[in-house]
Amino acid sequence: MKEILSGNEAIARGAFEAGVRVASAYPGTPSTEILENIIRYEEIDASWAPNEKVALEVGIGASFGGARALVAMKHVGVNVAADPLFTLSYTGVNGGLVLVTADDPEMHSSQNEQDNRNYAKFAKVPMLEPSDSRECKEFTRLAFEISEQFDTPVMLRTTTRISHSKSIVDFTEPVHDLPEPRLVRNAAKLVMLPGNARVRHPLVEERINKLSAFGSTLEINRMELRSTDIGIITAGVSYQYVREVLPDASTLKLGMVHPLPFALIREFAAKVKKLYVVEELDPFIEEQVRGAGIPAIGKDILPLCGELTPAILRKAFAKEGVVGANLVFAQGQSQELPLPSRPPNMCPGCPHRGVFYALNQLKAYVTGDIGCYTLGFMPPLSAMDTCVCMGASIGNATGVVKVVSAEERQKVVAVIGDSTFLHTGIAGLMDMVYSNAPATLVILDNRITAMTGRQDNPASGFTLMDEPAHQIDIPQLCRVLGVKTVRTIDPYDLETTKRTLAEEMARPEPSVIVTDRPCVLVKREGVFEKGPVLTVFEEKCTGCRACLKIGCPAIAWKPAEGNKGKAYIDYQLCTGCDVCRQLCKFGAIGRMK
Amino acid sequence: MSGTITNILLVGVGGQGILLASEILSETFMLAGFDVKKSEIHGMSQRGGSVVSHVRYGKEVFSPIIPEGDGDILFGFEMLETCRSLPLLKKGASVIANDLCIPPPAVLSGQEQYPDGLADKIGSRFPDFLLVDGLKLATEAGNPRAANTVLLGAVSKRLDIPERYWMEALEKMVPPKAFEVNRKAFQAGRSQ
Repeated sequence: MKEILSGNEAIARGAFEAGVRVASAYPGTPSTEILENIIRYEEIDASWAPNEKVALEVGIGASFGGARALVAMKHVGVNVAADPLFTLSYTGVNGGLVLVTADDPEMHSSQNEQDNRNYAKFAKVPMLEPSDSRECKEFTRLAFEISEQFDTPVMLRTTTRISHSKSIVDFTEPVHDLPEPRLVRNAAKLVMLPGNARVRHPLVEERINKLSAFGSTLEINRMELRSTDIGIITAGVSYQYVREVLPDASTLKLGMVHPLPFALIREFAAKVKKLYVVEELDPFIEEQVRGAGIPAIGKDILPLCGELTPAILRKAFAKEGVVGANLVFAQGQSQELPLPSRPPNMCPGCPHRGVFYALNQLKAYVTGDIGCYTLGFMPPLSAMDTCVCMGASIGNATGVVKVVSAEERQKVVAVIGDSTFLHTGIAGLMDMVYSNAPATLVILDNRITAMTGRQDNPASGFTLMDEPAHQIDIPQLCRVLGVKTVRTIDPYDLETTKRTLAEEMARPEPSVIVTDRPCVLVKREGVFEKGPVLTVFEEKCTGCRACLKIGCPAIAWKPAEGNKGKAYIDYQLCTGCDVCRQLCKFGAIGRMK
Repeated sequence: MSGTITNILLVGVGGQGILLASEILSETFMLAGFDVKKSEIHGMSQRGGSVVSHVRYGKEVFSPIIPEGDGDILFGFEMLETCRSLPLLKKGASVIANDLCIPPPAVLSGQEQYPDGLADKIGSRFPDFLLVDGLKLATEAGNPRAANTVLLGAVSKRLDIPERYWMEALEKMVPPKAFEVNRKAFQAGRSQ
């Protein structure tokens, strides 16, 4: 049987075929669909963890208990999970453990484009890198075998173009006869006190050497000899671009990108006249190849930043004087028309919109965080001053108020979503209280992890499997951490929102405002309900444009002669949130009759 | 390679159903025995931003993204987005566009204007240009929501794939109760 699968769907299928028992992850583009698809296989216990560190720790526990475990996250998630990862390298595994890192070159949905191949080298663990969906499935299976054979966690690296591209995958039978999980005590291996860890470290070094030798015999590290004029070492999606643009070149296609199979690389280098390395982002392979004394060209001709594309390769190799039919740069038509851009926007009825409008009005200094609400940065709301990483808003606010004048302190507001607060915001709030930092925290509780496509979290009351779960009471949690003033507001009520924000910004101690409206995209019954749809009464509209200042996609400007015009509301898009009605001083917005 | 690979771009606005349309295309090509790859960006783009989906088929497809300037067919769900993607096409490519304008934020707020005469501009550069009133034809076929299927029908005419594979893919990808309406919508587009 064959199907067209995305890389993420194929990894989920691979996990099933590999006999995985436990899967844990925190959602993050482009990794999210791995767990969303793994729930098709009822043999697997799959769950969202509150953050990537917990996800990996759950996976480690399952591995120590003797089961195969898969843990998935986006590239920056590995930063959060790095602590357990580095020591897991020393303990090794019991059941196989695979950590999927989905990198995002070009930052389609990320705050940086770190190259997580560096983590494999740093943590001294092997890393496989598939170049299409078929390999995603095959490499996932293989990763579990390597994990158990070499007693090591294995990282599987994808990029956005692998995770979110689809190609044809053949299904195979799942493995069977894996040992039943049970408690096995092995303290010398699993208790990483200095005495034990000192014994383990040399084994880690020995393991990586063995893996390098193993890599030279591994089928997925494949020499493809064609013309010997040039040879290209490549991996992942870059391999596909090389085959597209330079079909006659010889390639050394690496399926395992750490450790490198140096014996095989030397053999390949000896067979070609000129050696290139084609890889996205860092010169990860190139530096090691050169370090081994093998001359190679890579970042001399290719960019360090952003994704590679066939067009970039065409230009680079044409400039190198390499000739070939596919190197002729296609004459794309130039863009003659200046076209208005179409940036992403908060949805009509988004409960964040009124909050950011009020923050803009109050001229707050807003430390932001990661989620849909980061769009509060975009005009016309334009109410965000910083955004670093998951959970950073709260610590950033604490730090800012430590250094600025008493007057400026009152401007500082941290904003964070429910999921991000539970991810890594709680410790920040604990510190804000502990330091008695007089900043204001707004928790934008829309009861879902929205940006990545509506995933449940411990405050939504449901699990990944759609089963009811304990629902964290966020205001109560803040009080337990020592916040004296915790106020819950309806963000659709603009006046109360603005007044509450102003009062709490003035308060000379930490305080929290929780906004209480669900994401408009939540489909679960009884969570989000549409209000009465609004309309503009043309006779009353003065064309003052006040309603346009919230940037709602449902409200548009209808120009008329003589620089005048009126607003109108698209009834199909309007959710009846009522925020625009509150902005109209002329009573020109009301319920549709 | 480009002689043996057909490159189709699907462009529009997040939420228009572009991903489903590209899935139906890909499924059809697989059923017809071709190698297929498709690629698009999720995430931020879903919040009403521009969406571009690449579908490629042929004997053996390598890159999941269409090299700039290699596009054979542009399948546009919205006029502005159709125009935005013209530079990705090769000379003589086919353009099939839905006659629909969705104003972007700067136009909604009155700061910029939605450009005039886009259809003429496309037609003057790409002689094989078909403008389809997807909404009207879908309404006539029985459901205004099947506008994408009308367009898919129009695209299908540009491709040498037997009709039964399109039907098989449609049947697999749309809910059973919606199949009949989609079949009609597809035929309405195919006869354009």
